[in-house]
Amino acid sequence: MSEPVGVGQRNSGVFRISVRTAAIMLAFTLIFTALMAGTYKATAPMVAASALAEKLRLIGEVLPATMHDNDLMADAITLPPGKVLGLDDDTRLWRARRNGVPVALVFETATANGYAGRIGLIVAVGADGRLLAARVTTHKETPGLGDYIDPKKDRNKARPWITQFSNLGFETVPRDKWRVKKDGGRFDQMSGATISARAVTNASGRALAWAVENRERLFALPPDARFEEKEL
Amino acid sequence: MSIYKDIAWNGLWKQNSILAQLLGLCPLLAVSSTMVNAVSLGLATILVMMLANFAISALRALIPYEIRIPVFVLIIAALVTVVDLAFNAFLHDMYLVLGIFIPLIVTNCIVLARVEAFAAKNGLRAATFDGLMMGVGFVWVIALLGGVREFIGQGTLFSGIEMIFPKLSGIQILPADYPGFLIAMLPPGAFFVLGLLIAGRNWLDARANQRLREKRLHEQLPPANSLPA
Repeated sequence: MSEPVGVGQRNSGVFRISVRTAAIMLAFTLIFTALMAGTYKATAPMVAASALAEKLRLIGEVLPATMHDNDLMADAITLPPGKVLGLDDDTRLWRARRNGVPVALVFETATANGYAGRIGLIVAVGADGRLLAARVTTHKETPGLGDYIDPKKDRNKARPWITQFSNLGFETVPRDKWRVKKDGGRFDQMSGATISARAVTNASGRALAWAVENRERLFALPPDARFEEKEL
Repeated sequence: MSIYKDIAWNGLWKQNSILAQLLGLCPLLAVSSTMVNAVSLGLATILVMMLANFAISALRALIPYEIRIPVFVLIIAALVTVVDLAFNAFLHDMYLVLGIFIPLIVTNCIVLARVEAFAAKNGLRAATFDGLMMGVGFVWVIALLGGVREFIGQGTLFSGIEMIFPKLSGIQILPADYPGFLIAMLPPGAFFVLGLLIAGRNWLDARANQRLREKRLHEQLPPANSLPA
């Protein structure tokens, strides 16, 4: 490099090296992208199967499989994002029927009022207007303190906190009593972790009220239809 | 053989990724709340480190020096993606727990550090072995950290093992009405326990050095009774 070289020569040398380096980078990118794409293709069926199994397991937690005889995955409609249910994206609502008669609606709901942000729930609402069960699907509540809203973390294994909503409707617990005791309602909370309990209680109440109000339309829509809130 | 001994000693203790180099603290703090989580992420990290070291050692003649870092990052990212997909497909329950942390292995600087410092300059077998040993060094510390935090925080060990081996279940060591010690389960607890582990390591090293010095001193000095009064 100590030899004096013409400007043109040097430029062509730099250019050649740049092209060569870029070509090598491109080759590596292509090879490893192909590797990722191949793995994705190979694992996609298994990933989809586990996602489905996970969904069925979640549904099974709030709705016993014996209660219905239809294929939930086929009898589902799409819910648009909305404030009432706290949903940010399109989600699915599954409709359980037995001998063609509506049994229950299963859908996801969420609240941003957890102690540590968003709490996701899956709820089953019976056609008779009772909340069959609710389960927390995602949360970031404090471990050991607010995480009792998830029955897996609840110390009370015999009767986890979240099961107190099971089989209740607004006939048994009036809408304005669907709150934690601290707010003058019917439901227990653990001292020191009221915020988590309040968030879940209010979210389940909102979800139940929404489902009760819209149940006829929800059951009547054709499969894969998109539910739209009524104009106010 | 002695190069392998050196690699093992470096990975497990002397250059230990956590205790000596303090690399990879992000996954370390995030998933070490229980032992099973910690070990699972550690095993995934071993896998990525071995694959990355192997791949880069194999390709090192083809990688121009000037663009080595982008190529390393590309290779590591691709391998992590592959491991991530494999976890999702074959160990789905585990994936639900570790899902968000596996992509973070990309950001674990220990992987890039070993690739740059070792695999790019050494043969296939030595590089793969280095990946293994650095990974094992990572795992034993993160497992210890997870074990201590889990024990102090909730009085159990191996809780969540049923996610990997459905037949096994965690052990309740302290009585079931142990109220738990919340801070051990939260990120600050990870810092506290990590600080204690590093202190412990430094103490052991200092003691070993002290002994070595005393031994040398002893050998150099004449016996005490021959010293002038």
